[in-house]
Amino acid sequence: MNNSVYLDNNATTPVDPAVARRVSESLDLYGNPSSMHTPGRQANRAIESARGEVAALIHARQSDEVIFTGCGSESNNAVLNVLFSPKLRQSGRKRFITTVIEHPSIYELDGMLESRGIEVVRIPVDGSGLIDLEAYRKALNEDTALISVMAANNEIGTIQDIPEISRRAREVGALVHTDAVQAAGKMSVDVQTWDVDYLSLSAHKIYAPKGIGALYIRGGVPFTPFLLGGHQEQGRRAGTYNTTGILAMGEAARLAREQLDEESRRIRTLRDMLQEGIRERIERIRINGSIEHRVPGTLNVSFLGAEGESILLYLDMEGISVSTGSACATGSLDPSYVLMELGIGAELAHGSIRFSLGRFTTEDDITCVLEKLPPIIQRLRRMSTL
Amino acid sequence: MSDADKLSMFNWVYTEKVKEHFTDPKNILENPEYSEDGKGMVGSMACGDQMLVLIKVGDDDRITDIKWRTYGCASAIASTSVMSEMVKGMKLEEAYLLTPQQITKELGGLPEHKFHCSVLGDKALRAAIDDYLERQGRENPFQHRIAKVVCECKGVTDQQIEQLVKEDRASTLEQLQEETGLGTVCGKCKESAEHLLHDFLHIYGK
Repeated sequence: MNNSVYLDNNATTPVDPAVARRVSESLDLYGNPSSMHTPGRQANRAIESARGEVAALIHARQSDEVIFTGCGSESNNAVLNVLFSPKLRQSGRKRFITTVIEHPSIYELDGMLESRGIEVVRIPVDGSGLIDLEAYRKALNEDTALISVMAANNEIGTIQDIPEISRRAREVGALVHTDAVQAAGKMSVDVQTWDVDYLSLSAHKIYAPKGIGALYIRGGVPFTPFLLGGHQEQGRRAGTYNTTGILAMGEAARLAREQLDEESRRIRTLRDMLQEGIRERIERIRINGSIEHRVPGTLNVSFLGAEGESILLYLDMEGISVSTGSACATGSLDPSYVLMELGIGAELAHGSIRFSLGRFTTEDDITCVLEKLPPIIQRLRRMSTL
Repeated sequence: MSDADKLSMFNWVYTEKVKEHFTDPKNILENPEYSEDGKGMVGSMACGDQMLVLIKVGDDDRITDIKWRTYGCASAIASTSVMSEMVKGMKLEEAYLLTPQQITKELGGLPEHKFHCSVLGDKALRAAIDDYLERQGRENPFQHRIAKVVCECKGVTDQQIEQLVKEDRASTLEQLQEETGLGTVCGKCKESAEHLLHDFLHIYGK
């Protein structure tokens, strides 16, 4: 059976048909966008137009404040490289403030940063995944070089108060980065009202193919190229332009911007329908993350007495795709660190399932899950020791 | 795990045999009134795996019936299920000496990081046999013969370490790791394994 109910849009999204058409068209634009001849200039023009679409999605003032990267992780890594830019080195600032629930492309770099003389401070979150603003204020000092806080979390969908976080950072003159990979296309992302210096994006989370991301770098802020040996992206990222990926991302950004309001309303309604349906049908559950400050398509639920990987695999047999924060699915013996930071305990973390809805989720999909899920939970609980 | 088993995992996450026991687990405890002769429970919900094994034992020390419950992932459920089929009709002695490797083999292999699921299965069974013998007021004649699993990820036992020391094949943790893969997955056992290694080195005057 093909997986017909796809509820793992936070992991990746299917390619929108309009984006797929753009991918197909892009293959004719074979010229190297850096070349002066006609095919090169044609490709270059298409790339600059796509850049404009991505800039418009995040309300950047200038489209050249956006560079294209290989993925969201590269964008995040590239921002951390800023800590070693001559400008910041000269300033003597060496504190980097981040949170305990960031994506691994930020989270797992602390050892490397510390070995190179950076002082990493991780701000804890409360039970709903919102960062402790008081601890954050206390951590900020004149030694702080950079702040990195994700706009929306991939596992629980919790949205942070980025404007407030930026405002505080400005008081001490620190630079601000936000990982908006899970926010873009799901909520309004505005680099101006958020007042951020760097912002990471990924195309495959907004209905474009994998292998392309973007990074917003506010004009005038320090940046040290991460990939070296080429003049591309105005010297900010070497390597021949990925024409196909960039055009796909541009089209995806255009669709995301145009459909944002209507789409997020529709997806929110479906998500709430799923949430209430599960609440009505299944006892002993817990909704993880903030209910109020949450992106529209994410629903993270823990089922007591049923283990996440087993739930995932039984759902998969019914053609329903979801993800879990259980240890068994992470390949280690520890459950998701994001869920553990909420303080829900290992038991509930092992029984967590993330449903993430998207552009192509229908009411029928939700009805199907509400029909198939309760017997699966019941069955697992019956064979469980609890 | 053989290449064929690895290939079959492309069709599903685990082998077909694991799938079979996950989708149709055998011998689940359903009757709350089930009166067992011995009961064993190992693992914890916090660790993500917990297994309960109940056995009935006949006059000739054979396991006549077995029921179980498991909280855990597909390989934990399948491990308990296949183990329950393997030991039904077995003499207590044979059942007590069942190894995680035998369970894993019966399942057609498990991915490396799932090996501990099969370890829990045989631990729970042994706990049930221990309980049975205790209820009977009998000494446990098998206990001294049982190998203790030191590395749950790779299924390395104290007896294996002892053997390697005796044969002069391991005198350092690194050699032990090269020989067995011990402590190369989660690494939790490295310290206790090193202690054990030194004990054996001392015992055998190496």
